[in-house]
Order: sequence, then structure tokens, then C-alpha cells
Amino acid sequence: MIKHIEYPFTEEKIRGLRVGDKVSLSGRVCTGRDRLHHFLVKGGKCPVSLRDGAMYHCGPVVMREGDQWVVRAAGPTTSIREEPYMARLIETLGLRVIVGKGGMGEATRMACRDHGCVYLQAVGGAAALLASCIERVDGVHFLAEFGSTEAMWEFHLRDLVAVVTMDARGHSLHRTVERRTRKTLKDLLSE
Amino acid sequence: MKKAHWEKNLVELIRRTSTDLPADVEQAIRKGLRREKKGTNAHDFLSMMLENAAMARRDSVPLCQDTGTLTFRFTVPTGFDTNGLASITRNAVSKATRLGYLRQNTIDSVSGEPYVTNVAHAAPVMEFLQGARKTVDARLIMKGGGCENVGRQYSLPDVALGADRDLEGVRRCVLDAVWQAQGRGCSPGVIAVCIGGDRAKGYAYAKEQFLRKLGERSDVKVLARLEDRLMRDIRHMEIGPMGLGGKTTALAVKIGSLSRLPASFFVSVSYMCWAFRRRGVLLGPEGGVHRWLY
Repeated sequence: MIKHIEYPFTEEKIRGLRVGDKVSLSGRVCTGRDRLHHFLVKGGKCPVSLRDGAMYHCGPVVMREGDQWVVRAAGPTTSIREEPYMARLIETLGLRVIVGKGGMGEATRMACRDHGCVYLQAVGGAAALLASCIERVDGVHFLAEFGSTEAMWEFHLRDLVAVVTMDARGHSLHRTVERRTRKTLKDLLSE
Repeated sequence: MKKAHWEKNLVELIRRTSTDLPADVEQAIRKGLRREKKGTNAHDFLSMMLENAAMARRDSVPLCQDTGTLTFRFTVPTGFDTNGLASITRNAVSKATRLGYLRQNTIDSVSGEPYVTNVAHAAPVMEFLQGARKTVDARLIMKGGGCENVGRQYSLPDVALGADRDLEGVRRCVLDAVWQAQGRGCSPGVIAVCIGGDRAKGYAYAKEQFLRKLGERSDVKVLARLEDRLMRDIRHMEIGPMGLGGKTTALAVKIGSLSRLPASFFVSVSYMCWAFRRRGVLLGPEGGVHRWLY
């Protein structure tokens, strides 16, 4: 069964999600990757409120067509690079949802638990499919400073499908798989 | 050299590489899908990968937004003007970027400034070889940063892995690299390995293995056997698509070997994501298409 969640993502809704839940995400999300995270943690001002909001780890391919932005490709980027910054941003900005790929580490897992946030794993590389879930582009920030890939894009989504892999109860599917496969690796190496 | 012909067909090579997943890769994903149970994350994610491939092909949009490092490998006839071809290739990359087949994906490492055309020193990467044919064999691989970041190089012996300077040692390195990568290289991936060489050529030769079709086994018997064994081992790990568990962790393992110095024994492992972008074309002396490869 798929759970639909829509912006604004209230703490109650988010705390109701469990690792393994398949969700379909709609409404506003903002992209952010290496430069934005670094900028915000160093005290840069966030141009839009992310309270009860979602951050998408993504550097899209966006084209200007006439007076419109058209998103051609928008899959998730590897989230672990933002691990040094994520916990702090969850706390200070009031983020409730992170969408990315590959999972995140202990600091983020704790921040999700303490502040009520979830991490959603989208299908890495599925850029065409995920771009088709973007109904429109509502704005862009830091385009000149960071370039198109690293800019902060405001997307309005319709039914982006992902899986909860870190929930607000401190569970992480990434950690579970890593631990289980470590055992198998050990067995394979003792053959 | 008719520049316009060459440029047009090289842009087409980039377009196809970026938007059209090769048939052997798609087949391998389909095979994985048949192994997974319906309703699992593994099944869902593999299905979405196939859906994405169909959509990218239909709409002529990038399979993955990280359009990666572009590595061109040209095999040209004797006396061919490689400087001219290099310059046309750079123009083709710049044009493909303007057309949205490539993301603005190249950054100055010192200033942090983007190169908006994707053309910079050593970007795109171009290699020129001399061949016996009258045609130019042009091959392109696009490899994103996510999977590039999980590549690893080992220097044997490695005490922690219990890896000696033999094929069992190589096997241990590859299993460790796949485990360390988890889903972060966008599994199911293709694992390319080079045994030997120096550090630079080790990675480069591992990546050359990506030019082989997925079904093609090594023609060195012991390496072919090791490829098969590693496929079985990796399946047991159950890291699964995107690291969420499942039977499909690797689509293929490809191993090559180079000579080495007595003092060095490197094992270089390069990881290619499932969105494996590899295309090629044979171009005539005027830049016309003889035949598409793969």
C-alpha cells in the first residue's frame, strides 16, 4: 500500500511513517546539494521557509524554454556527502522530509528521531521518470552564484514515489542492510 | 574533413549515449526483475528503472541527470587528423549541453566556477588509438559521480582483508569494494576490475572493461571463472537494487589484467551504475555513419 503525503508535512504525519513504507510525495520541495548545504550551515540565509518542508538532494537538468523552466532530468544525488551538515539543517530549518539516494549516517538518523524528520530513498538514476513528477517550477535561488546544477530549485511535485528508509523513530534500513551484509561478507571471506 | 557532418554525428552519439540504455544492460535488469518477488522494494525499484529507460528513450531526455564524465575512445586510420577531431568533439559536447542532453556538469576545482559548456582541460576525456580500418571507431562512456565515488584501489597484500597476491586475494578485494559501495553506486552495478598495472593505468584499464558487452566472458579462462564466481558471491550478499536488499546487486563482473612491477600488486575496482551509458559508432572518412555499435 502506498501512503500519500503532501506539503506541508506536519510532525504528526511524518512520525506516522515507518521504515519500508512506500510513499507518494506531492507539493513543494526544494532541491539542495553540496554548495547549498555548505552555505546554509555557514550561516547563509535560506531564501524560502523550509519549516515542515522537504529537501530534495538533486542537481537537475533544467532548460529555459520561452519564459518557462522545463525540467528534463531530476533524479536524486548521493546524500551521504551532506552528512556533515544535514542534522544541523533539520534542526534549524525545521525540515521534515529529505529525499535522496544511498541513505545517510548516524548524525542524520539521530536528528530525524529527535526532531521528527524522515529520509526517503528515490530511485537513483531514474531522472526521466522523476522529472515527469514535477508539475511546475515555482522559482530558483542562487542560480548565478552556484550554477544551474547546484542552485536551489523550488519544484511542485505530483506523486513522486519513494521508500522511507530512515524514519522518525531512529530506524534506518541502510544500517540494517549494511549490518546484515557485513555478516555475509565475513562468511564469504572465510570460505 | 567535413566539420558539420562530424559534429552532427558526434552530437547524435552523445544523445544516444545519454538517453538510450544499451540493450544488453536493459536485458540484464529484466533478468534481475524476474528473480525478485513482486511487491518488494527490489522489484519496485527495478521496474521503475525500466520505466525510466523507456521514458528517456521515448522523450530523448537524459536517463540520469548526472551525465557524468564523458570518455571518448577513438580508433582512427593512419595519418588521421586527431587534433581536428578533438576540436570537433569539444564543439559537439558544448552543443549537446545547450540541447539539454548533458547537464552543466563541469566545475573548476580551484575557483568552484562552473564551465557551462562542459569543455575544460581534459573535459571531455579523449583517447586516440590507431587502427587498421579506414573508418573511425568512436565509443563513448558517460559515468556519473555517484558510482565513480565508490571505486576503490587495493594494494596487496592487504592484512585486514586477508588478501594475498593471488586470485583469491583479488576476489576478496572485489567483494569488499561491493560491500563498501552498498547502494551508493546505484546498484545493480557492473563491476570492472584490473589486476596489476600502476595506480593510474589500473583504474583506466578497469574502465576499459566497460566497453565489453555484459554477456561477454573474459577470454582468459581463469579470469572468466573468477567473474562467474564473483557474480555468485555478490548475489549472496543481497545488497539489492539501491542497497535496500534483494537478489540483484550486480549485473556483471568484468576482469582484465596488466603486467605489474615486482614491488606492486594493485587491484583496481571501478563501479558502473545500472544507468550504464555506453554507445559507439563507425564513421566514414567524411564523418558519415557506417554503423552504430552496441
